Amino acid sequence: MDLINDHSIDDFCRIYAEEICVDYNGTVALYDASLQLKSGCICGLVGMNGAGKSTFFKALMGFVRPSRGKIRINGLDVPTAQREQAVAYVPQNEGIDCSFPVSVWEVVMMGRYGSMNLLRVPRESDRKAVWHALERVELIDLRKRPIGALSGGQRKRAFLARAIAQRASVLLLDEPFSGVDVRTEKLMADLFLQFKNEGRTILISTHDLSHVRDFCDLVVLINKTVLAYGETSEVFTPENLTMTFGGMSPDFLSGSTPAIDLNT
Amino acid sequence: MNEFLASFSPISWLVDPLSHDFMRRALMVSGLVGGVCGFLSCYMTLKGWALMGDAVSHAVMPGVVVAYALGLPFSIGAFVFGVGSVALIGFVKQKSRVKEDTIIGLVFTGFFALGLVLVSKIKSNIDLMHILFGSPLGISLSDVRQTIIISGIVVSILLIFRRDLMLYCFDPTHARSIGINTGLLHYLLLSVLSLAAVAGLQTVGIILVVAMLITPGATAYLLTDRFDRMTFLAIISSSISSILGVYISYWSDIETGGSIVLVQTAIFLFAFLFAPRYGLLKSQRSISP
Repeated sequence: MDLINDHSIDDFCRIYAEEICVDYNGTVALYDASLQLKSGCICGLVGMNGAGKSTFFKALMGFVRPSRGKIRINGLDVPTAQREQAVAYVPQNEGIDCSFPVSVWEVVMMGRYGSMNLLRVPRESDRKAVWHALERVELIDLRKRPIGALSGGQRKRAFLARAIAQRASVLLLDEPFSGVDVRTEKLMADLFLQFKNEGRTILISTHDLSHVRDFCDLVVLINKTVLAYGETSEVFTPENLTMTFGGMSPDFLSGSTPAIDLNT
Repeated sequence: MNEFLASFSPISWLVDPLSHDFMRRALMVSGLVGGVCGFLSCYMTLKGWALMGDAVSHAVMPGVVVAYALGLPFSIGAFVFGVGSVALIGFVKQKSRVKEDTIIGLVFTGFFALGLVLVSKIKSNIDLMHILFGSPLGISLSDVRQTIIISGIVVSILLIFRRDLMLYCFDPTHARSIGINTGLLHYLLLSVLSLAAVAGLQTVGIILVVAMLITPGATAYLLTDRFDRMTFLAIISSSISSILGVYISYWSDIETGGSIVLVQTAIFLFAFLFAPRYGLLKSQRSISP
């Protein structure tokens, strides 16, 4: 089992958000959003584009300051939790400059920066952590490749490895299943389960409902606020989904039909 | 022509100019400034700050004039105006609906115009041509000292924050989420840019200094996929082209700043055509097997 940075005072909540309100120059992006996640769970954050998913992430990472409400990560305020390397963000592939001259190894090593000295000189323990993380995502053979030479799925795994190397206890993943191959999807599913058993908490932002049902224990439906929250099987009702996605009929719930991308 | 070839000796071509005090100084300053700007150019090209480099280098102009008029070291004035212009760009961007590249163009031409007006109004012994086009062959000892100090500061900052700045260029979101102060890095990079622009002003002048701040990085970027190697290549190519540019300028009696930048451009073109993986000729070969 991997070490994780867990500085929580009591083990009750990895993520604790209480009545968060965020507004951008008067436009309300999120109001009264509350969420409590214990250690060792996988939670889907589901909503349309513009429903406040990324705002919620930004608030959890301290990029936007809520005008009201309280956020604690492992019982700590957000800046402290960040300094303790508790939070890792795994970006969407689109957000990354793929022609940047760094190797896979160097990208994963970036997960260790927060634990290094000012000059970011890797120690033996950092190298071991990176090696181990790359092994877990099955990229060890590709470690010398430039990040741009990887496929979409491999790149996703590289950023997961960075989060592992960081030893974060809270993982925020942005559309983790978009544009990944079958092998990566299977590997990620296994990894998420392992993460859960290691006591990490994973919050997955997505509008892909089929994956939420497959992977997530819990689900949060949001549209400017938290509409429903709880066990996936209980929350995924046609009424709730209609509420989340406006007037659209959630016919994709009827079993075997594949998930429909609601944004297109 | 044959006579010329017969009498041409590479050694005397390199050594003869060293008998002049001004040439030794010019070569040292150009090589140093070239290396410093080359180092920084990696971050400029990867961050996509070419236009910002252009803006800051032009905006330092009034600072240089004011500093000269007040008898202060020109680097202080340049630094204040360089950072000030960037702060102004940020402020206008936040407070208006005008797009960023428009604001950048607007602010730097405004500052540059102010500099031109100040030069014509303030009675001083500033030679406008020296500021605009550089004059490494006529550099004074106190300017050499200032350039060395500036270069020392820039290189120290870049060496200390090398990794953080790379991460900031690559993935600022991750940098922030692990508790790195990206706001500080942003202004650090801008301050270093202002300082490097002042240093570059000595050799190639305000108009061409942006070339020193992007061309070596662009060249190195075509040659490698490793950041450390890119830094190394940019520093080497920039230093060598600066020194070579001074030599060519001396022997052919051409404008020094132009000569340095032309050598840099030539090296870029060479990389553009012949780079092992990303060169034009290479990609054509791989398209038609």
